[in-house]
Amino acid sequence: MHLLVCGGTGCNASKSQEIAENLKSTLTDKGLGNEVQVILTGCFGFCEKGPIVKIMPDNTFYTEVKPEDVADIIEEHVIKGRKVTRLLYTDPENKQHVADSKHMGFYKKQLRIALRNCGFIDPQNIEEYVGADGYSALAKCLGEMTPEQVINEIKLSGLRGRGGGGFPTGLKWEIASKNHADQKYVVCNADEGDPGAFMDRSILEGDPHSVLEAMTINGYAIGATKGLIYIRAEYPLAINRLLTAIGQAREYGLLGKDILGSGFEFDIELRYGAGAFVCGEETALIHSMEGQRGEPTFKPPFPAQSGYNKKPTNVNNVETYANIPIIINKGANWFNKIGTEKSKGTKVFALAGQINNVGLIEVPMGITLREIIYEIGGGIKGGREFKAAQTGGPSGGCLTSAHLDTPIDYDNLIAAGSMMGSGGMVVMDETSCMVAIAKFYLEFTVEESCGKCTPCRVGNKRLHEILEKITKGNGTMEDLDNLRNLSRVIKDTALCGLGQTSPNPVISTIENFYDEYVEHIKDKKCRAGVCKSLMQYVIDPVQCVGCTACARNCPVNAIQGEKKMTHVINTELCIKCGACIEKCKFNAISIC
Amino acid sequence: MTKIKSLADLKAMKQSIQEKIDTRAKGNAEGLVQVKVAMATCGIAAGAKQVMDYMMAETDKRGMNVVFTQTGCMGYCHAEPTIEVTLSGKEPIVFGFVDLKKADEIIDKYIKDGELVDGIIPVNYETINK
Ligand SMILES: Cc1cc2nc3c(=O)[nH]c(=O)nc-3n(C[C@H](O)[C@H](O)[C@H](O)COP(=O)(O)O)c2cc1C
Ligand code: SF4
Ligand code: SF4
Ligand code: SF4
Ligand code: FES
Repeated sequence: MHLLVCGGTGCNASKSQEIAENLKSTLTDKGLGNEVQVILTGCFGFCEKGPIVKIMPDNTFYTEVKPEDVADIIEEHVIKGRKVTRLLYTDPENKQHVADSKHMGFYKKQLRIALRNCGFIDPQNIEEYVGADGYSALAKCLGEMTPEQVINEIKLSGLRGRGGGGFPTGLKWEIASKNHADQKYVVCNADEGDPGAFMDRSILEGDPHSVLEAMTINGYAIGATKGLIYIRAEYPLAINRLLTAIGQAREYGLLGKDILGSGFEFDIELRYGAGAFVCGEETALIHSMEGQRGEPTFKPPFPAQSGYNKKPTNVNNVETYANIPIIINKGANWFNKIGTEKSKGTKVFALAGQINNVGLIEVPMGITLREIIYEIGGGIKGGREFKAAQTGGPSGGCLTSAHLDTPIDYDNLIAAGSMMGSGGMVVMDETSCMVAIAKFYLEFTVEESCGKCTPCRVGNKRLHEILEKITKGNGTMEDLDNLRNLSRVIKDTALCGLGQTSPNPVISTIENFYDEYVEHIKDKKCRAGVCKSLMQYVIDPVQCVGCTACARNCPVNAIQGEKKMTHVINTELCIKCGACIEKCKFNAISIC
Repeated sequence: MTKIKSLADLKAMKQSIQEKIDTRAKGNAEGLVQVKVAMATCGIAAGAKQVMDYMMAETDKRGMNVVFTQTGCMGYCHAEPTIEVTLSGKEPIVFGFVDLKKADEIIDKYIKDGELVDGIIPVNYETINK
């Protein structure tokens, strides 16, 4: 018998370590030390109800266990084989105790559709993919469905683009299919430029064949025989796995001429990007693939009308593609039951920032931020307070505690002043300064702007300068108005999506954290202690014993005071290096 | 290599592979052990490759019958390197933060005697059943 005790950060904070110790010592006392083992595990994804103790092999799942409960668990469950009912999870709906974690499916908040094979199959072995139902969707399309039927199935599924825009995928395919030409192209966008995002990389590394299969289906549906994957050169492992996968698919006759005896022909090549964010925008991406400068051009014409080599081109994101085979296999009516009314299926997020379980998650649309942060994410690091979550990267905005219970889908995020984006989700707590966050994203945009149009090239630079001024403590209330007005102008006049969305982090932080901006401007204070220029080192006269340690270590001689007398920091001279704080053994120096 | 020329070929191949996977899952007479190492960028950066090489060499040395495969990201980036061990006839178990020392412990205790060790990562997601 095994007793699994959650040693995840959340449960650890509520004494799971002590529970494990108690279990071990009690077992030894009873002479059961050899038969029953106590094992510490990682987070169960159920931290709200922690600490968790799971008994194997009968799968009993105890929640909110306290160190005092150890005696009962051992006396009753381990020795007498009777479950300790009061520790069992109570189903909030029918108020019944749930004994077996196998019947607790609902506690698993994550649903893996796009990531179905990641972590299960060997991505370098096409046979494992075939064994996991791989290429059967392609076989179904080629053998049993007309291109129109394929498109209709995707339309009916309600799948929307996962690259950021959320455009209905079936509709996109239909438009491309109706534009006639001697040659059409299917393009997979694997540029993934959003800082902190790695969803697409993980799919390509873990399940490259699903993308190849989906692109081939896409080709059949719109009448294209050539596929291109635009991938950044900084993803060597993903590139490697893709090349292996393409080679194997060709060898097995799943790419090339006469696929599965259907007469349909399709092949895929890679195109490498240099990692410019703007090249993820579809028109810039196409220009870059054509060997031109990676600059966006005005839409229309849309790629579906005139794309790569001026031919109709269908561009989809990696994660969008990863959903296609399973939709064909299980049917649109299976897929469109998952998610919310207008956002179907799941979304993969790269969870990062001040959260315990940093990682890749896949959740059904409509899940709340609270569930993501406190259950899957294991809560905020160090038990601190949640402040905001940034979604949509440099084009998005932040969600605050007011949005914790909003179901996450494309439309709700837009209504909340953010956007789905490609799936980066950065969680922030009270140690994050929202003005500095806005500045960080603007820095990124200024760096990544291609410079083709003025509002973006110059406007974002101005936005950044104003933010810089505020974080330095030189801002005025007028600057706030300027930020707002300029943001509006940039949004309305920039040529491509990069510029049109770049002011979003500014707008959203002003909207949600207006007080924090005002504090920076009027009180010259940064409550998170991030903006260095606004910090002041002060010595508390009560705590200071006059040991002179600080003064001797200050590199600019900013500290004055006689031996055994209170010391004082001259804030004009202080360069905020922090050396004095480290040296003071009496905790007399603080930052405010 | 087998070229798949028709739907029938694909089905036949799928079936033979699934049978292979099934026997693997159920465990055959020799009690084959399967170890999957998450080898995406995050895992490799955390040292998954060294762990896999080490475990292969060690199990070999001790004459254990273990099949190693690499796989993609399991999503537990906070606990890399992660490996999944399936003993014959048992549910797969995922271990996190596997360094060489942990690898040794897993080989010595879990793979050899079926005795669990600290550092299990509970599976906290559902995958659609195919
Ligand atoms: C500045 C900018 C960057 C973009 N970067 C990406 C990207 O890295 N990956 C991506 O799939 N889409 C990106 N897009 C969206 C693409 O233009 C396009 O909408 C998407 O690839 C379409 O695929 P989907 O419908 O499957 O989402 C970006 C858009 C803009 C404006
Ligand atoms: S908005 Fe920015 S990135 Fe887009 S075309 Fe204009 S300058 Fe280039
Ligand atoms: S922070 Fe550095 S410069 Fe300022 S008083 Fe302390 S030691 Fe001197
Ligand atoms: S090190 Fe601390 S106690 Fe000593 S003089 Fe400086 S502030 Fe006072
Ligand atoms: S369930 Fe224990 S830390 Fe998450």
